[in-house]
Amino acid sequence: MLQALEGSQAVAQAVALCRPQVIAAYPITPQTHIVENISKLVADGKLKCEFISVESEFSAASVVLGAAIAGSRAYTATASQGILLMAEVLYNIAGLRVPLVMTCANRAISSPLSIWNDQQDSMAVRDAGWIQLYCADNQEAVDTTIQAYRIAERTELPVMVCMDGFTLTHTLEGIDIPTQEQVDSFLPKYKFSRTLDPQNPISIGTLVSPDFYSEARHSHHSAILNAEAEIIAADQDWEKISGRNSGGLLTVVGPAEAKVAVLTIGSVYGTLRAAMDEFDLEQPVKLIHLRSFRPFPIDALKVVCKDLDHVIILERAIGLGSGSIIGLEVLAALTELDKPPKVHKFAAGLGGRDIPLEILPRLLATLNEPSDGRFRIFDVELDKLPKEDR
Amino acid sequence: MQVSQLRERQPRFRGLESGHRACTGCAEALAARLVTEAAGPDVMVANATGCLEIFTTPWPESAWRVPWIHSLFENASAVAAGMEAALKAQGKSTKVLAFGGDGGTFDIGFQSLSGMLERGQNVLYVCFDNEAYMNTGVQRSSSTPHAAMTTTSPYGKERMGKRHLKKDIVSIIAAHHIPYAATTSVAYPSDIRKKVRRAMAIEGSTFLQIHCPCPLGWGHEGYKSIEVARLAVQTGLFPIIELERGGLAGVMPLRNIRPVVEYLQEQQRFKHLFTDELRAKEELEHIQAIADHNIEIYGLRSDGHKDAFDSEGMDTVRRGGMRWA
Repeated sequence: MLQALEGSQAVAQAVALCRPQVIAAYPITPQTHIVENISKLVADGKLKCEFISVESEFSAASVVLGAAIAGSRAYTATASQGILLMAEVLYNIAGLRVPLVMTCANRAISSPLSIWNDQQDSMAVRDAGWIQLYCADNQEAVDTTIQAYRIAERTELPVMVCMDGFTLTHTLEGIDIPTQEQVDSFLPKYKFSRTLDPQNPISIGTLVSPDFYSEARHSHHSAILNAEAEIIAADQDWEKISGRNSGGLLTVVGPAEAKVAVLTIGSVYGTLRAAMDEFDLEQPVKLIHLRSFRPFPIDALKVVCKDLDHVIILERAIGLGSGSIIGLEVLAALTELDKPPKVHKFAAGLGGRDIPLEILPRLLATLNEPSDGRFRIFDVELDKLPKEDR
Repeated sequence: MQVSQLRERQPRFRGLESGHRACTGCAEALAARLVTEAAGPDVMVANATGCLEIFTTPWPESAWRVPWIHSLFENASAVAAGMEAALKAQGKSTKVLAFGGDGGTFDIGFQSLSGMLERGQNVLYVCFDNEAYMNTGVQRSSSTPHAAMTTTSPYGKERMGKRHLKKDIVSIIAAHHIPYAATTSVAYPSDIRKKVRRAMAIEGSTFLQIHCPCPLGWGHEGYKSIEVARLAVQTGLFPIIELERGGLAGVMPLRNIRPVVEYLQEQQRFKHLFTDELRAKEELEHIQAIADHNIEIYGLRSDGHKDAFDSEGMDTVRRGGMRWA
């Protein structure tokens, strides 16, 4: 049954349905509504768990690490500066191969200070060894949160569920919250192979010499790549229970004959879909939503891009001093094709700048302009800058 | 009978086995063994980065016989807090211990420690205090005592070692009004055991600071670790005290109070204080004043007659004249 729920409220309920035993969090906009809603569920006795209000994001990540190691399903959520403060722990959690789920309510990074949405935060930790799944809408956020626990616990990898701050977290949508029975039939009881146990003492997190470090990194990297199968399986199995899927590794829509695609991640995908219906476009266009950014689905991407002439990347983050983040990875993947499409790289919507529906025809119009193919911020307003900065 | 055979017959639980890679005379290794022996097998340990973590677990070896995790430098308290919460949620009574050096406790891990104590989580935090960053090569920490030389507080024309005072960590901990906080020294093994057992019996946050000489970092022979540790106590520079809910509840009295020079002259880190320079003389006076101040505020002076529980008798703390365990 559809209910009108705020994204944060819906995610809080989804988390509760996964029966976590320990939740630790530190408040940061725009994650706050998620943990406030969870706190209320705990206060009302609707969720039985240890809710720990910690003194920093660093400790939030550390507490859930300790909880997962000690045998409990755990959850935390953060955003922006919180992700950066956690960065050291995020690498550590992943390197220790601890199954955890964290929501990242995507927000820009200071400085300049901005509380509004972009995806610089999760992109900053893209190489930390976590699985990263991006949600196009709040229903996906609910379903992905539930799936994330199964993926994490089967692969022994942490999963970051990324949902755009405000655009999703603070927006009401009609959402179907699954029943406890549905979730219980999908998600088994928490089990971790290296749970600490006084009956069988083990040491975790030891010092590794150069003789073993590369092998540890190789197995971690392989595990993330191999997680593609679990991500697809979780989405398929959840579809059998809920009747919905979130696209597995990626979603493609649009006419089969289209030679142009716009690839994006997160809620911008919804904007572009609406734009597709809104405008009478000059040429047929496909939209690709990259749900799984880690693992980066090279093979799936090659399949959907192999007959294209152009792929336009629209991302809400920037590799300062280099340019495109997603674009470079897509470009690298597509070079494996015999006739790779041309990749056009744009950022837009940084620091919460609104991305209007008109962006789709404007993006397509760039294909008719002379271009050096280099990255640029699509919606930058250069007239606001002094001449020397343009 | 061989010593090794005797050792095998010991009924005592060994949480930290021999064969680890600590330096000769490492007091931290000894203290960690004593703590885990007293705590027993039904524990889980969260260990901060530091010497103890490094020398006990060169992969694929480990000297620990208790479940043990090292995550990072600054989060032992938070990891322990998560473990405690998980065990609570599972209805288990296993006690969680957190281990850190002085760097991991006084400095980089201080925030998460304070948070854990404020939440009153059922964790025994043990600080193995060797008064500098020994693992990285003897750099000063906020626990390094005044005037001590380290590689980042060297002696020179403009400096007499560390310019600042040793942070009074136990008072800061006590200000969290936790049920039990105490200092102890590796020179007094039964005091360590008793304090660990006492902390283990308390449901709530407890804190133990153990003074552990580092032969390499302090510049003394390995066989002198215990002697040096005892002198730190007997001079009044490292008072052995207990605090309950923030209030002083017991001290180890000093029968023969030693002058601080007896402690300082044993260590290379203070050798610049033993010259003809006026500033050296002034620093010695300053350090003596610190010891005198400790003796005064904690009432460490024994009342003149022989006390079975003082720093030269039974090595345990006097609590209202009663022996306790």
